[in-house]
Amino acid sequence: MKTNDDQREPSVVETRGLRMRYGSTDVLKGVDLTVGPGEVVALLGPNGAGKTTTIEILEGFRKRSAGDVRVLGVDPDDGDEAWRARLGVVLQSWRDHGRWRVRELLSYLSLFYGPYRERVFDPDELIDVVGLTGHRDKRIGTLSGGQRRRLDVAVGLVGRPDLLFLDEPTVGFDPEARREFHELVRRLSGTTILLTTHDLTEAEKLADRIVILVSGRVVADGTAAELAARIAGKAEVRYRLDGEEHVLSVADSTGYVRELFAEHGKAVDDLEVRRPSLEDVYLALVRESEQSELVTA
Amino acid sequence: MNPRAVAVRAGVRRGRIEFGQTMTNAGELMGWLWLPVVALVVMYAFGDGSVPGVDFPLGAQAVPGILAMHAVFTGLMGLALALTMDREDGTLLRAKATPNGVFAYVVGKVLGKAAVTTALLVLVLVPAVLVFDGLEPGRVSTWLTLSWVLVLGLLAILPIGTILGALFGNTQSLGFVTLLIMGMVVVSGVFYPITALPGWLQWIGQAFPMYWLGLGLRSALLPDALAAAEIGGSWRHLETVVALGAWAVVGFALAPVVLRRMARRESGSSVAARREQVAQRPS
Repeated sequence: MKTNDDQREPSVVETRGLRMRYGSTDVLKGVDLTVGPGEVVALLGPNGAGKTTTIEILEGFRKRSAGDVRVLGVDPDDGDEAWRARLGVVLQSWRDHGRWRVRELLSYLSLFYGPYRERVFDPDELIDVVGLTGHRDKRIGTLSGGQRRRLDVAVGLVGRPDLLFLDEPTVGFDPEARREFHELVRRLSGTTILLTTHDLTEAEKLADRIVILVSGRVVADGTAAELAARIAGKAEVRYRLDGEEHVLSVADSTGYVRELFAEHGKAVDDLEVRRPSLEDVYLALVRESEQSELVTA
Repeated sequence: MNPRAVAVRAGVRRGRIEFGQTMTNAGELMGWLWLPVVALVVMYAFGDGSVPGVDFPLGAQAVPGILAMHAVFTGLMGLALALTMDREDGTLLRAKATPNGVFAYVVGKVLGKAAVTTALLVLVLVPAVLVFDGLEPGRVSTWLTLSWVLVLGLLAILPIGTILGALFGNTQSLGFVTLLIMGMVVVSGVFYPITALPGWLQWIGQAFPMYWLGLGLRSALLPDALAAAEIGGSWRHLETVVALGAWAVVGFALAPVVLRRMARRESGSSVAARREQVAQRPS
Protein backbone atom coordinates (compact mmCIF):
# COMPACT_ATOMS: atom_id res chain seq x y z
CA MET A 1 0.00 0.00 0.00
CA LYS A 2 1.17 3.53 -0.75
CA THR A 3 2.06 5.78 2.14
CA ASN A 4 1.12 9.41 2.13
CA ASP A 5 3.89 11.88 1.50
CA ASP A 6 2.91 14.11 4.37
CA GLN A 7 2.76 12.75 7.87
CA ARG A 8 -0.90 13.51 8.50
CA GLU A 9 -3.13 10.59 9.25
CA PRO A 10 -4.26 9.39 5.81
CA SER A 11 -7.91 9.71 4.88
CA VAL A 12 -10.01 6.59 4.77
CA VAL A 13 -11.95 7.90 1.79
CA GLU A 14 -10.70 10.58 -0.57
CA THR A 15 -12.27 11.61 -3.87
CA ARG A 16 -11.24 14.49 -6.12
CA GLY A 17 -13.31 15.54 -9.11
CA LEU A 18 -15.27 12.28 -9.12
CA ARG A 19 -17.47 12.10 -12.21
CA MET A 20 -19.97 9.57 -13.42
CA ARG A 21 -21.80 9.62 -16.71
CA TYR A 22 -24.49 7.19 -17.86
CA GLY A 23 -24.97 7.64 -21.59
CA SER A 24 -25.40 11.37 -21.96
CA THR A 25 -26.48 12.03 -18.37
CA ASP A 26 -23.99 13.28 -15.81
CA VAL A 27 -24.89 11.76 -12.49
CA LEU A 28 -21.81 12.96 -10.61
CA LYS A 29 -20.25 16.24 -11.68
CA GLY A 30 -16.99 16.44 -9.78
CA VAL A 31 -17.50 15.25 -6.23
CA ASP A 32 -14.82 15.99 -3.62
CA LEU A 33 -15.28 13.92 -0.52
CA THR A 34 -13.04 13.14 2.43
CA VAL A 35 -13.67 10.80 5.32
CA GLY A 36 -11.10 10.68 8.11
CA PRO A 37 -10.32 7.71 10.38
CA GLY A 38 -13.03 7.07 12.94
CA GLU A 39 -15.34 9.63 11.39
CA VAL A 40 -19.03 9.03 10.74
CA VAL A 41 -19.98 10.96 7.62
CA ALA A 42 -23.49 11.22 6.21
CA LEU A 43 -23.97 11.75 2.50
CA LEU A 44 -27.27 13.60 2.51
CA GLY A 45 -29.34 14.50 -0.51
CA PRO A 46 -32.68 14.11 -2.25
CA ASN A 47 -33.45 11.02 -4.33
CA GLY A 48 -31.44 10.95 -7.53
CA ALA A 49 -28.68 13.17 -6.17
CA GLY A 50 -26.05 10.49 -6.87
CA LYS A 51 -25.54 9.16 -3.34
CA THR A 52 -25.83 5.49 -4.23
CA THR A 53 -23.70 5.92 -7.34
CA THR A 54 -20.99 7.54 -5.22
CA ILE A 55 -21.04 4.79 -2.64
CA GLU A 56 -21.03 2.06 -5.30
CA ILE A 57 -17.94 3.57 -6.88
CA LEU A 58 -16.23 3.67 -3.49
CA GLU A 59 -17.17 0.04 -2.86
CA GLY A 60 -15.58 -0.96 -6.16
CA PHE A 61 -18.89 -2.16 -7.62
CA ARG A 62 -18.99 0.44 -10.36
CA LYS A 63 -16.34 2.04 -12.54
CA ARG A 64 -16.21 5.83 -12.46
CA SER A 65 -16.00 7.99 -15.58
CA ALA A 66 -13.32 10.34 -14.24
CA GLY A 67 -11.63 11.66 -11.13
CA ASP A 68 -9.31 10.38 -8.42
CA VAL A 69 -10.61 8.00 -5.81
CA ARG A 70 -8.77 6.45 -2.89
CA VAL A 71 -10.46 4.14 -0.42
CA LEU A 72 -8.15 2.92 2.35
CA GLY A 73 -5.30 4.17 0.16
CA VAL A 74 -6.32 2.06 -2.84
CA ASP A 75 -8.11 2.90 -6.08
CA PRO A 76 -11.33 0.82 -5.84
CA ASP A 77 -10.95 -0.21 -9.50
CA ASP A 78 -7.72 -1.98 -8.50
CA GLY A 79 -8.96 -3.21 -5.14
CA ASP A 80 -7.98 -6.83 -4.49
CA GLU A 81 -9.50 -9.33 -2.08
CA ALA A 82 -7.29 -8.16 0.80
CA TRP A 83 -8.65 -4.64 0.26
CA ARG A 84 -12.19 -5.94 0.05
CA ALA A 85 -11.69 -7.72 3.38
CA ARG A 86 -11.22 -4.32 5.06
CA LEU A 87 -14.63 -3.05 3.91
CA GLY A 88 -18.08 -3.66 5.32
CA VAL A 89 -20.92 -3.15 2.87
CA VAL A 90 -24.58 -2.66 3.74
CA LEU A 91 -26.53 -1.90 0.59
CA GLN A 92 -30.15 -0.91 0.13
CA SER A 93 -32.75 -3.61 0.66
CA TRP A 94 -30.96 -6.95 0.63
CA ARG A 95 -33.20 -9.95 0.24
CA ASP A 96 -30.56 -12.62 -0.19
CA HIS A 97 -30.15 -15.96 1.58
CA GLY A 98 -33.80 -16.09 2.63
CA ARG A 99 -33.61 -19.84 3.27
CA TRP A 100 -30.50 -19.65 5.43
CA ARG A 101 -30.60 -19.26 9.18
CA VAL A 102 -29.22 -16.15 10.84
CA ARG A 103 -26.33 -17.81 12.62
CA GLU A 104 -25.60 -20.09 9.68
CA LEU A 105 -25.04 -17.14 7.34
CA LEU A 106 -22.92 -15.11 9.74
CA SER A 107 -20.77 -18.09 10.57
CA TYR A 108 -20.37 -18.88 6.84
CA LEU A 109 -19.40 -15.31 5.98
CA SER A 110 -16.99 -15.00 8.89
CA LEU A 111 -14.88 -17.81 7.37
CA PHE A 112 -13.77 -15.58 4.51
CA TYR A 113 -12.18 -12.91 6.72
CA GLY A 114 -9.98 -15.29 8.73
CA PRO A 115 -6.99 -15.12 6.37
CA TYR A 116 -7.05 -11.32 6.21
CA ARG A 117 -8.09 -9.95 9.57
CA GLU A 118 -6.45 -10.28 12.96
CA ARG A 119 -9.80 -10.59 14.65
CA VAL A 120 -13.10 -11.63 13.17
CA PHE A 121 -16.41 -11.21 14.95
CA ASP A 122 -17.65 -14.31 16.66
CA PRO A 123 -21.10 -14.94 15.10
CA ASP A 124 -22.86 -15.29 18.45
CA GLU A 125 -21.29 -12.13 19.83
CA LEU A 126 -22.25 -10.29 16.67
CA ILE A 127 -25.84 -11.50 16.92
CA ASP A 128 -25.97 -10.04 20.42
CA VAL A 129 -24.40 -6.75 19.28
CA VAL A 130 -27.10 -6.17 16.67
CA GLY A 131 -29.86 -7.35 18.98
CA LEU A 132 -30.94 -10.53 17.21
CA THR A 133 -30.23 -12.80 20.17
CA GLY A 134 -33.62 -14.50 20.09
CA HIS A 135 -33.48 -15.04 16.34
CA ARG A 136 -30.19 -16.82 15.74
CA ASP A 137 -31.81 -20.00 14.39
CA LYS A 138 -34.59 -18.27 12.49
CA ARG A 139 -34.78 -18.44 8.73
CA ILE A 140 -33.66 -15.09 7.35
CA GLY A 141 -36.70 -14.88 5.10
CA THR A 142 -38.97 -14.78 8.16
CA LEU A 143 -37.29 -11.76 9.80
CA SER A 144 -39.13 -8.43 9.95
CA GLY A 145 -37.79 -5.48 7.96
CA GLY A 146 -36.01 -4.02 10.96
CA GLN A 147 -34.50 -7.35 12.02
CA ARG A 148 -33.38 -8.01 8.48
CA ARG A 149 -31.63 -4.65 8.36
CA ARG A 150 -29.85 -5.37 11.62
CA LEU A 151 -28.70 -8.66 10.16
CA ASP A 152 -27.38 -6.74 7.14
CA VAL A 153 -25.35 -4.56 9.48
CA ALA A 154 -24.08 -7.67 11.25
CA VAL A 155 -22.95 -9.04 7.90
CA GLY A 156 -21.21 -5.74 7.19
CA LEU A 157 -19.39 -5.98 10.51
CA VAL A 158 -18.34 -9.63 10.39
CA GLY A 159 -14.75 -8.87 9.35
CA ARG A 160 -14.44 -5.94 11.81
CA PRO A 161 -14.04 -3.56 8.85
CA ASP A 162 -11.88 -0.45 8.75
CA LEU A 163 -14.66 1.24 6.82
CA LEU A 164 -18.38 0.52 6.84
CA PHE A 165 -20.76 1.66 4.10
CA LEU A 166 -24.42 2.05 4.98
CA ASP A 167 -26.63 2.88 2.00
CA GLU A 168 -30.03 4.29 3.03
CA PRO A 169 -30.06 2.11 6.12
CA THR A 170 -33.51 2.98 7.46
CA VAL A 171 -35.69 3.35 4.37
CA GLY A 172 -39.15 1.93 5.07
CA PHE A 173 -38.66 1.74 8.83
CA ASP A 174 -41.31 2.62 11.38
CA PRO A 175 -40.14 5.16 13.99
CA GLU A 176 -39.44 2.46 16.59
CA ALA A 177 -37.25 0.40 14.26
CA ARG A 178 -35.51 3.58 13.15
CA ARG A 179 -34.70 4.55 16.73
CA GLU A 180 -33.33 1.08 17.47
CA PHE A 181 -31.23 1.20 14.35
CA HIS A 182 -29.79 4.58 15.28
CA GLU A 183 -28.84 3.21 18.67
CA LEU A 184 -27.09 0.31 16.99
CA VAL A 185 -25.04 2.61 14.76
CA ARG A 186 -24.07 4.74 17.74
CA ARG A 187 -22.86 1.61 19.54
CA LEU A 188 -20.36 1.14 16.69
CA SER A 189 -18.43 4.27 17.65
CA GLY A 190 -14.81 4.05 16.57
CA THR A 191 -15.69 2.46 13.23
CA THR A 192 -15.32 4.74 10.24
CA ILE A 193 -18.73 4.92 8.61
CA LEU A 194 -19.96 6.49 5.40
CA LEU A 195 -23.73 6.43 5.25
CA THR A 196 -26.21 7.81 2.76
CA THR A 197 -29.63 9.10 3.67
CA HIS A 198 -32.24 11.50 2.47
CA ASP A 199 -33.39 12.05 6.01
CA LEU A 200 -31.84 15.12 7.58
CA THR A 201 -32.77 14.15 11.12
CA GLU A 202 -31.01 10.86 10.64
CA ALA A 203 -27.87 12.54 9.33
CA GLU A 204 -27.93 14.95 12.25
CA LYS A 205 -28.33 12.14 14.77
CA LEU A 206 -25.71 9.77 13.46
CA ALA A 207 -23.02 11.73 11.69
CA ASP A 208 -20.03 13.73 12.87
CA ARG A 209 -20.12 15.51 9.54
CA ILE A 210 -22.77 15.99 6.87
CA VAL A 211 -21.99 16.25 3.17
CA ILE A 212 -24.94 17.48 1.15
CA LEU A 213 -25.10 16.17 -2.38
CA VAL A 214 -27.53 17.69 -4.86
CA SER A 215 -27.68 16.86 -8.58
CA GLY A 216 -24.25 15.26 -8.52
CA ARG A 217 -22.46 18.09 -6.73
CA VAL A 218 -21.43 18.66 -3.13
CA VAL A 219 -23.22 21.84 -2.08
CA ALA A 220 -22.30 21.85 1.60
CA ASP A 221 -19.92 20.01 3.90
CA GLY A 222 -19.61 20.44 7.64
CA THR A 223 -20.90 19.47 11.06
CA ALA A 224 -24.59 20.00 11.72
CA ALA A 225 -23.68 23.07 13.78
CA GLU A 226 -21.51 24.50 11.01
CA LEU A 227 -24.21 24.00 8.43
CA ALA A 228 -26.78 25.66 10.64
CA ALA A 229 -24.36 28.55 11.26
CA ARG A 230 -24.00 29.14 7.55
CA ILE A 231 -27.39 30.71 7.53
CA ALA A 232 -28.13 30.80 11.22
CA GLY A 233 -26.73 34.32 11.36
CA LYS A 234 -29.45 35.21 8.90
CA ALA A 235 -32.99 35.21 10.07
CA GLU A 236 -36.18 35.66 8.16
CA VAL A 237 -37.97 38.90 8.96
CA ARG A 238 -41.55 39.19 7.85
CA TYR A 239 -43.70 42.27 8.33
CA ARG A 240 -46.41 44.42 6.81
CA LEU A 241 -45.71 48.06 6.00
CA ASP A 242 -48.63 50.25 4.88
CA GLY A 243 -50.56 47.10 4.04
CA GLU A 244 -47.79 45.67 1.84
CA GLU A 245 -46.08 42.44 2.90
CA HIS A 246 -42.27 42.22 3.11
CA VAL A 247 -40.10 39.14 3.60
CA LEU A 248 -36.39 39.58 4.08
CA SER A 249 -33.43 37.48 5.10
CA VAL A 250 -31.08 39.58 7.20
CA ALA A 251 -27.88 38.93 9.16
CA ASP A 252 -28.56 41.25 12.12
CA SER A 253 -32.26 40.80 12.70
CA THR A 254 -32.37 42.72 15.98
CA GLY A 255 -30.64 45.76 14.48
CA TYR A 256 -32.82 45.59 11.43
CA VAL A 257 -36.00 45.57 13.43
CA ARG A 258 -34.79 48.45 15.62
CA GLU A 259 -34.17 50.61 12.56
CA LEU A 260 -37.42 49.50 11.02
CA PHE A 261 -39.37 50.84 13.97
CA ALA A 262 -37.25 53.98 14.21
CA GLU A 263 -38.04 54.80 10.61
CA HIS A 264 -41.64 53.69 10.26
CA GLY A 265 -42.93 53.43 13.82
CA LYS A 266 -46.55 52.42 13.93
CA ALA A 267 -46.78 51.76 10.20
CA VAL A 268 -45.09 48.40 10.84
CA ASP A 269 -47.52 45.57 11.45
CA ASP A 270 -47.54 41.73 11.77
CA LEU A 271 -43.84 41.47 12.59
CA GLU A 272 -42.33 38.01 12.66
CA VAL A 273 -38.65 37.04 13.09
CA ARG A 274 -37.72 33.45 12.51
CA ARG A 275 -34.36 31.69 12.81
CA PRO A 276 -34.00 28.92 10.25
CA SER A 277 -33.72 25.36 11.45
CA LEU A 278 -31.17 22.98 9.94
CA GLU A 279 -34.01 21.63 7.87
CA ASP A 280 -34.68 25.07 6.39
CA VAL A 281 -30.98 25.32 5.55
CA TYR A 282 -31.04 21.95 3.88
CA LEU A 283 -34.21 22.60 1.91
CA ALA A 284 -32.92 26.01 0.84
CA LEU A 285 -29.68 24.46 -0.37
CA VAL A 286 -31.50 21.78 -2.31
CA ARG A 287 -33.87 24.31 -3.89
CA GLU A 288 -31.05 26.67 -4.79
CA SER A 289 -28.94 23.97 -6.40
CA GLU A 290 -31.82 22.45 -8.28
CA GLN A 291 -32.84 25.85 -9.61
CA SER A 292 -29.34 26.73 -10.78
CA GLU A 293 -29.31 23.31 -12.38
CA LEU A 294 -32.45 24.15 -14.36
CA VAL A 295 -30.96 27.48 -15.46
CA THR A 296 -27.75 25.94 -16.74
CA ALA A 297 -29.52 22.99 -18.34
CA MET B 1 -4.59 -20.84 5.92
CA ASN B 2 -4.40 -19.32 2.47
CA PRO B 3 -7.48 -17.45 1.26
CA ARG B 4 -8.21 -19.74 -1.69
CA ALA B 5 -8.22 -22.84 0.50
CA VAL B 6 -10.52 -21.05 2.92
CA ALA B 7 -12.84 -20.13 0.07
CA VAL B 8 -12.97 -23.74 -1.13
CA ARG B 9 -13.84 -24.84 2.39
CA ALA B 10 -16.52 -22.17 2.62
CA GLY B 11 -17.83 -23.27 -0.78
CA VAL B 12 -18.13 -26.86 0.44
CA ARG B 13 -20.05 -25.59 3.44
CA ARG B 14 -22.39 -23.60 1.19
CA GLY B 15 -22.94 -26.68 -0.96
CA ARG B 16 -23.79 -28.77 2.09
CA ILE B 17 -26.18 -26.18 3.53
CA GLU B 18 -28.02 -25.65 0.25
CA PHE B 19 -28.18 -29.39 -0.40
CA GLY B 20 -29.87 -29.76 2.98
CA GLN B 21 -32.30 -26.94 2.16
CA THR B 22 -33.40 -28.61 -1.08
CA MET B 23 -33.67 -32.09 0.36
CA THR B 24 -35.88 -30.93 3.24
CA ASN B 25 -38.18 -28.86 1.06
CA ALA B 26 -41.03 -31.07 -0.12
CA GLY B 27 -42.32 -28.49 -2.60
CA GLU B 28 -39.00 -28.12 -4.32
CA LEU B 29 -38.46 -31.88 -4.43
CA MET B 30 -41.86 -32.39 -6.05
CA GLY B 31 -40.98 -29.70 -8.56
CA TRP B 32 -37.96 -31.69 -9.73
CA LEU B 33 -39.45 -35.16 -9.39
CA TRP B 34 -42.82 -34.91 -11.13
CA LEU B 35 -41.43 -34.98 -14.65
CA PRO B 36 -39.41 -38.23 -14.41
CA VAL B 37 -42.13 -39.83 -12.29
CA VAL B 38 -44.84 -39.03 -14.84
CA ALA B 39 -42.57 -40.21 -17.65
CA LEU B 40 -41.88 -43.50 -15.85
CA VAL B 41 -45.56 -44.06 -15.07
CA VAL B 42 -46.44 -43.51 -18.73
CA MET B 43 -43.69 -45.88 -19.90
CA TYR B 44 -44.80 -48.46 -17.34
CA ALA B 45 -48.43 -48.27 -18.46
CA PHE B 46 -47.92 -48.09 -22.21
CA GLY B 47 -44.39 -49.43 -22.82
CA ASP B 48 -45.45 -52.98 -23.65
CA GLY B 49 -44.13 -52.93 -27.19
CA SER B 50 -40.73 -54.37 -28.05
CA VAL B 51 -37.50 -52.55 -28.86
CA PRO B 52 -37.05 -52.95 -32.65
CA GLY B 53 -34.91 -55.96 -33.38
CA VAL B 54 -34.60 -57.12 -29.76
CA ASP B 55 -37.05 -58.96 -27.56
CA PHE B 56 -37.12 -56.40 -24.76
CA PRO B 57 -39.95 -54.17 -23.45
CA LEU B 58 -39.80 -50.56 -24.65
CA GLY B 59 -40.80 -49.33 -21.19
CA ALA B 60 -37.74 -50.69 -19.42
CA GLN B 61 -35.53 -49.61 -22.32
CA ALA B 62 -36.65 -46.01 -21.76
CA VAL B 63 -35.77 -45.92 -18.03
CA PRO B 64 -32.10 -44.89 -18.44
CA GLY B 65 -33.05 -42.20 -20.98
CA ILE B 66 -35.60 -40.77 -18.56
CA LEU B 67 -32.93 -40.76 -15.86
CA ALA B 68 -30.63 -38.83 -18.21
CA MET B 69 -33.37 -36.29 -18.93
CA HIS B 70 -34.02 -35.99 -15.19
CA ALA B 71 -30.31 -35.40 -14.49
CA VAL B 72 -30.07 -32.72 -17.17
CA PHE B 73 -33.17 -30.97 -15.85
CA THR B 74 -32.12 -30.93 -12.20
CA GLY B 75 -28.45 -30.28 -12.88
CA LEU B 76 -28.43 -27.90 -15.80
CA MET B 77 -31.77 -26.19 -15.34
CA GLY B 78 -31.48 -26.20 -11.56
CA LEU B 79 -28.13 -24.49 -11.63
CA ALA B 80 -29.15 -21.94 -14.26
CA LEU B 81 -32.30 -21.15 -12.29
CA ALA B 82 -30.41 -20.82 -9.01
CA LEU B 83 -27.90 -18.45 -10.55
CA THR B 84 -30.50 -16.09 -11.98
CA MET B 85 -32.56 -16.18 -8.81
CA ASP B 86 -29.51 -15.43 -6.71
CA ARG B 87 -28.84 -12.39 -8.82
CA GLU B 88 -32.40 -11.16 -8.38
CA ASP B 89 -32.30 -11.36 -4.60
CA GLY B 90 -28.73 -10.11 -4.18
CA THR B 91 -27.10 -13.35 -3.04
CA LEU B 92 -24.48 -12.99 -5.74
CA LEU B 93 -23.86 -9.35 -4.84
CA ARG B 94 -23.35 -10.43 -1.24
CA ALA B 95 -20.74 -12.88 -2.48
CA LYS B 96 -19.10 -10.09 -4.43
CA ALA B 97 -18.89 -7.93 -1.31
CA THR B 98 -17.05 -10.75 0.50
CA PRO B 99 -13.33 -11.45 -0.13
CA ASN B 100 -13.11 -14.45 -2.51
CA GLY B 101 -16.85 -14.73 -2.08
CA VAL B 102 -17.79 -15.24 -5.74
CA PHE B 103 -15.31 -18.09 -6.09
CA ALA B 104 -16.70 -19.82 -3.01
CA TYR B 105 -20.24 -19.11 -4.19
CA VAL B 106 -19.64 -20.90 -7.50
CA VAL B 107 -17.88 -23.82 -5.80
CA GLY B 108 -20.79 -24.15 -3.38
CA LYS B 109 -23.48 -23.87 -6.04
CA VAL B 110 -21.91 -26.45 -8.32
CA LEU B 111 -21.18 -28.93 -5.52
CA GLY B 112 -24.64 -28.45 -4.02
CA LYS B 113 -26.36 -29.01 -7.37
CA ALA B 114 -24.17 -32.02 -8.14
CA ALA B 115 -25.21 -33.56 -4.84
CA VAL B 116 -28.89 -32.69 -5.39
CA THR B 117 -28.81 -34.14 -8.91
CA THR B 118 -27.22 -37.36 -7.69
CA ALA B 119 -29.64 -37.72 -4.79
CA LEU B 120 -32.69 -37.05 -6.97
CA LEU B 121 -31.38 -39.52 -9.54
CA VAL B 122 -31.11 -42.19 -6.88
CA LEU B 123 -34.61 -41.35 -5.64
CA VAL B 124 -35.98 -42.15 -9.10
CA LEU B 125 -33.56 -44.94 -9.98
CA VAL B 126 -34.25 -47.18 -6.97
CA PRO B 127 -38.03 -47.52 -7.42
CA ALA B 128 -37.58 -47.80 -11.21
CA VAL B 129 -35.21 -50.75 -10.82
CA LEU B 130 -37.72 -52.42 -8.51
CA VAL B 131 -40.73 -51.85 -10.72
CA PHE B 132 -39.41 -52.42 -14.25
CA ASP B 133 -38.47 -55.94 -15.28
CA GLY B 134 -35.37 -56.48 -17.36
CA LEU B 135 -33.00 -53.93 -15.80
CA GLU B 136 -29.75 -55.30 -14.43
CA PRO B 137 -29.17 -54.03 -10.88
CA GLY B 138 -27.35 -57.24 -9.87
CA ARG B 139 -24.10 -56.70 -11.82
CA VAL B 140 -21.06 -54.97 -10.29
CA SER B 141 -20.38 -53.44 -13.72
CA THR B 142 -23.82 -51.77 -13.61
CA TRP B 143 -22.84 -49.63 -10.65
CA LEU B 144 -19.30 -48.98 -11.82
CA THR B 145 -20.50 -47.79 -15.21
CA LEU B 146 -23.31 -45.82 -13.60
CA SER B 147 -20.78 -44.02 -11.40
CA TRP B 148 -18.33 -42.93 -14.06
CA VAL B 149 -21.07 -42.00 -16.51
CA LEU B 150 -22.81 -39.90 -13.87
CA VAL B 151 -19.60 -38.14 -12.79
CA LEU B 152 -18.65 -37.39 -16.37
CA GLY B 153 -22.23 -36.38 -17.15
CA LEU B 154 -22.29 -33.91 -14.26
CA LEU B 155 -18.94 -32.47 -15.35
CA ALA B 156 -20.44 -31.91 -18.80
CA ILE B 157 -23.83 -30.59 -17.69
CA LEU B 158 -23.08 -28.32 -14.74
CA PRO B 159 -20.80 -25.84 -16.56
CA ILE B 160 -23.52 -25.43 -19.22
CA GLY B 161 -26.01 -24.63 -16.48
CA THR B 162 -23.58 -22.13 -15.00
CA ILE B 163 -23.02 -20.43 -18.35
CA LEU B 164 -26.73 -20.22 -19.21
CA GLY B 165 -27.56 -18.97 -15.72
CA ALA B 166 -24.91 -16.29 -16.04
CA LEU B 167 -26.01 -15.23 -19.53
CA PHE B 168 -29.72 -14.90 -18.86
CA GLY B 169 -30.57 -11.77 -16.94
CA ASN B 170 -33.79 -12.90 -15.30
CA THR B 171 -35.76 -16.00 -14.47
CA GLN B 172 -38.33 -15.22 -17.18
CA SER B 173 -35.89 -15.63 -20.03
CA LEU B 174 -34.96 -19.02 -18.64
CA GLY B 175 -38.10 -20.30 -20.37
CA PHE B 176 -35.79 -20.46 -23.36
CA VAL B 177 -33.56 -22.90 -21.52
CA THR B 178 -36.55 -25.13 -20.76
CA LEU B 179 -37.33 -25.12 -24.46
CA LEU B 180 -33.72 -26.00 -25.25
CA ILE B 181 -33.84 -28.98 -22.91
CA MET B 182 -37.18 -30.08 -24.38
CA GLY B 183 -35.56 -29.98 -27.81
CA MET B 184 -32.68 -32.06 -26.48
CA VAL B 185 -35.18 -34.61 -25.12
CA VAL B 186 -36.75 -34.96 -28.58
CA VAL B 187 -33.49 -35.57 -30.45
CA SER B 188 -31.66 -37.59 -27.79
CA GLY B 189 -33.65 -40.83 -27.99
CA VAL B 190 -34.97 -40.54 -24.47
CA PHE B 191 -38.27 -42.38 -24.91
CA TYR B 192 -37.56 -44.34 -28.06
CA PRO B 193 -34.28 -45.55 -29.61
CA ILE B 194 -32.52 -42.72 -31.46
CA THR B 195 -32.01 -45.00 -34.47
CA ALA B 196 -35.67 -44.45 -35.33
CA LEU B 197 -34.92 -40.78 -36.08
CA PRO B 198 -33.80 -39.54 -39.53
CA GLY B 199 -30.02 -39.51 -39.91
CA TRP B 200 -29.54 -35.74 -39.67
CA LEU B 201 -31.54 -35.58 -36.43
CA GLN B 202 -29.39 -38.37 -35.02
CA TRP B 203 -26.36 -36.18 -35.66
CA ILE B 204 -27.94 -33.25 -33.86
CA GLY B 205 -28.84 -35.51 -30.96
CA GLN B 206 -25.29 -36.78 -30.71
CA ALA B 207 -23.99 -33.23 -30.47
CA PHE B 208 -25.61 -32.81 -27.04
CA PRO B 209 -24.63 -34.39 -23.73
CA MET B 210 -28.11 -35.72 -22.93
CA TYR B 211 -27.79 -38.40 -25.60
CA TRP B 212 -24.39 -39.55 -24.31
CA LEU B 213 -25.52 -39.53 -20.72
CA GLY B 214 -28.55 -41.60 -21.74
CA LEU B 215 -26.40 -44.00 -23.76
CA GLY B 216 -24.00 -44.43 -20.86
CA LEU B 217 -26.85 -45.10 -18.43
CA ARG B 218 -28.40 -47.62 -20.84
CA SER B 219 -25.06 -49.42 -21.05
CA ALA B 220 -25.03 -49.57 -17.27
CA LEU B 221 -28.61 -50.66 -16.64
CA LEU B 222 -29.68 -52.70 -19.68
CA PRO B 223 -28.60 -56.19 -20.77
CA ASP B 224 -25.72 -56.12 -23.25
CA ALA B 225 -27.91 -57.52 -26.04
CA LEU B 226 -29.70 -54.15 -26.15
CA ALA B 227 -26.58 -52.53 -27.64
CA ALA B 228 -27.92 -53.86 -30.94
CA ALA B 229 -30.59 -51.13 -30.89
CA GLU B 230 -27.97 -48.34 -30.63
CA ILE B 231 -26.12 -46.47 -33.36
CA GLY B 232 -23.33 -48.73 -34.62
CA GLY B 233 -24.75 -51.60 -32.58
CA SER B 234 -22.45 -50.75 -29.67
CA TRP B 235 -22.48 -48.94 -26.31
CA ARG B 236 -19.60 -46.81 -27.64
CA HIS B 237 -17.96 -46.14 -24.26
CA LEU B 238 -14.93 -44.49 -25.78
CA GLU B 239 -17.06 -42.08 -27.77
CA THR B 240 -19.14 -41.37 -24.64
CA VAL B 241 -16.02 -40.42 -22.71
CA VAL B 242 -14.79 -38.22 -25.56
CA ALA B 243 -18.14 -36.49 -26.12
CA LEU B 244 -18.94 -35.80 -22.46
CA GLY B 245 -15.29 -34.96 -21.80
CA ALA B 246 -15.28 -32.43 -24.64
CA TRP B 247 -18.38 -30.72 -23.24
CA ALA B 248 -16.74 -30.65 -19.82
CA VAL B 249 -13.48 -29.16 -21.13
CA VAL B 250 -15.23 -26.48 -23.17
CA GLY B 251 -17.64 -25.75 -20.31
CA PHE B 252 -14.92 -25.43 -17.70
CA ALA B 253 -12.94 -23.15 -19.99
CA LEU B 254 -15.88 -20.87 -20.78
CA ALA B 255 -17.70 -20.80 -17.44
CA PRO B 256 -15.10 -18.71 -15.54
CA VAL B 257 -15.07 -16.10 -18.32
CA VAL B 258 -18.85 -15.77 -18.35
CA LEU B 259 -19.05 -15.83 -14.56
CA ARG B 260 -16.46 -13.08 -14.21
CA ARG B 261 -18.42 -10.94 -16.66
CA MET B 262 -21.62 -11.59 -14.70
CA ALA B 263 -20.00 -10.76 -11.36
CA ARG B 264 -18.37 -7.61 -12.71
CA ARG B 265 -21.74 -6.22 -13.72
CA GLU B 266 -23.32 -6.85 -10.36
CA SER B 267 -24.06 -3.83 -8.18
CA GLY B 268 -26.71 -2.66 -5.79
CA SER B 269 -28.46 -0.64 -8.46
CA SER B 270 -28.48 -3.53 -10.91
CA VAL B 271 -30.12 -5.74 -8.29
CA ALA B 272 -32.65 -2.99 -7.56
CA ALA B 273 -33.37 -2.51 -11.26
CA ARG B 274 -33.93 -6.23 -11.74
CA ARG B 275 -36.26 -6.31 -8.76
CA GLU B 276 -38.18 -3.41 -10.24
CA GLN B 277 -38.65 -5.43 -13.42
CA VAL B 278 -39.87 -8.41 -11.45
CA ALA B 279 -42.31 -6.19 -9.55
CA GLN B 280 -43.73 -4.77 -12.75
CA ARG B 281 -44.25 -8.16 -14.26
CA PRO B 282 -47.93 -8.77 -14.94
CA SER B 283 -49.01 -11.66 -12.76
